[in-house]
Amino acid sequence: MARMKFLCDADRCIECNACVTACKNEHEVPWGINRRRVVTLNDGRPGERSVSMACMHCTDAPCAAVCPVNCFYTTADAVVLHSKDICIGCGYCFYACPFGAPQYPRIGNFGSRGKMDKCTYCTGGPEPDFSVAEYEKYGSNRLAEGKLPLCAEMCSTKSLLAGDGEMIAAIYKQRVIKRGYGSGAWGWKTAYRETVTI
Amino acid sequence: MRSGLKLLSTLLVAVTLVAGPVAVGVALAQEPMQAGQNPTGQDPTADAVNEELLFKHESTIRGVVSIPDKRAGNLIQPQGREYRAFHERWLPWIAAVVILGMIVVLAAFLLIKGRMKSPRSAEKIKRYNVLERFTHWMTAACFIVLALSGLNYIFGKRLLMPLIGPDAFGTASQLAKYSHVYLAWPFMLGILLMLALWVKDNIPNRVDWAWLKAGGGVLGGHAHAGRFNAGQKVIFWMVIGFGLAMGFTGIALLFPFTLAGIHGMQLMQVVHASIGALFIAGIILHIYTGTVGIEGSFAAMGKGEVDLAWARAHHDLWVEEQQAKAAGGAHLGHPQPAE
Repeated sequence: MARMKFLCDADRCIECNACVTACKNEHEVPWGINRRRVVTLNDGRPGERSVSMACMHCTDAPCAAVCPVNCFYTTADAVVLHSKDICIGCGYCFYACPFGAPQYPRIGNFGSRGKMDKCTYCTGGPEPDFSVAEYEKYGSNRLAEGKLPLCAEMCSTKSLLAGDGEMIAAIYKQRVIKRGYGSGAWGWKTAYRETVTI
Repeated sequence: MRSGLKLLSTLLVAVTLVAGPVAVGVALAQEPMQAGQNPTGQDPTADAVNEELLFKHESTIRGVVSIPDKRAGNLIQPQGREYRAFHERWLPWIAAVVILGMIVVLAAFLLIKGRMKSPRSAEKIKRYNVLERFTHWMTAACFIVLALSGLNYIFGKRLLMPLIGPDAFGTASQLAKYSHVYLAWPFMLGILLMLALWVKDNIPNRVDWAWLKAGGGVLGGHAHAGRFNAGQKVIFWMVIGFGLAMGFTGIALLFPFTLAGIHGMQLMQVVHASIGALFIAGIILHIYTGTVGIEGSFAAMGKGEVDLAWARAHHDLWVEEQQAKAAGGAHLGHPQPAE
């Protein structure tokens, strides 16, 4: 089985936000929630770079560790998913996440922070694949269709890579060697405790 | 034919224009270009932001986003790791040791010393009025539910979940979470009412010092005490202090980003959970002294009146004061209504 990861090649990201839009549309993500976002560092200054970030599907995920109801599980492809039926919306995963991935509908609403929502790596949830319940709670299940996450698949500059960790690391490595520079695999050290060495 | 020639000459010119500089460029480069060398000769990443360097200057990598949710500008915030270490490694042990430790100490004390006996009489004296008892029991009832649902956040998945299964546990925890969030409000109201009702009788004074030096009732022998003895004053100020701290941190967690950012909320949760554990231990002590520990004490909050001899033994100065007031009141007759 593959170990699915995301890698954003910041030297290619043009901050078009197509990944953000694609994700919102593909999964009918609720209002106020962005499972993926593009963060621009050093905006307007020399050395500006943009990084597309979502849930990194960490190794030994902190969200899963702090969850008081153990609603998280990791798939055979190492994708970190959760059950919205068990989630109580306490907010702990959101405190623990290094990437700000978990979000809640109706945030700040008195006592009724809804069920947590985050990137599913286009893998749906614990419900049967392609079921209506799965789509309504978690969005579409592209992995079960044999496709990769839509954000990465439709990235116009192929900055955002999704797929088996070793494969996307190899692609990135090749790029860096060919063009002579690369600002690194953002978030990898925090998420996977390893980085792409070139 | 003529147009064909013209097209051919245009193409030739174009090829010369494009190829010329390239050929010169190759000639000037002297060495053939190698992989890993940037064709422009510049280093485009010389001033590019770099994760490692950014982490050297700041603990969080922040940027800007074009989506409306500006909080999404935090790119990487590894502090969650410390939060996680506390929450999963330390907190369950701290809570278990503090709470079970208190229960063990009290059980040992009861076994060794037994219940504290007090003299009995036929007379009663009023100790708490209806408002005082209402405030106490409203706050107490809320506290029990808050404590149990709070403990569920820490121990539920470790103890309850294996027993009843994830689905039932999820439903129960959802209910527990709602009760935790909603009962927090009457609890906070109760804390404020308690402060208003009892603060005047809980100001520490010299009598308390003597009471503490005499060892209170713990080491035997009753020391002088007013309406509340030093031990009760400690419980009072613990309830007020912890209650306000729990209320403040709780509200900060209930309304994300209103009082604190993400790191602030991590800290608030740590404080909320730690004080919660201490609070539960303190209230267990309070429940012990109010029921099993001291004979006759439960009637004070239960019925609102206590045995006069009991009151003389535990709160002699208060009884004197009450009797003086009653005597003064009887002497004066009915109080005159205000004009």
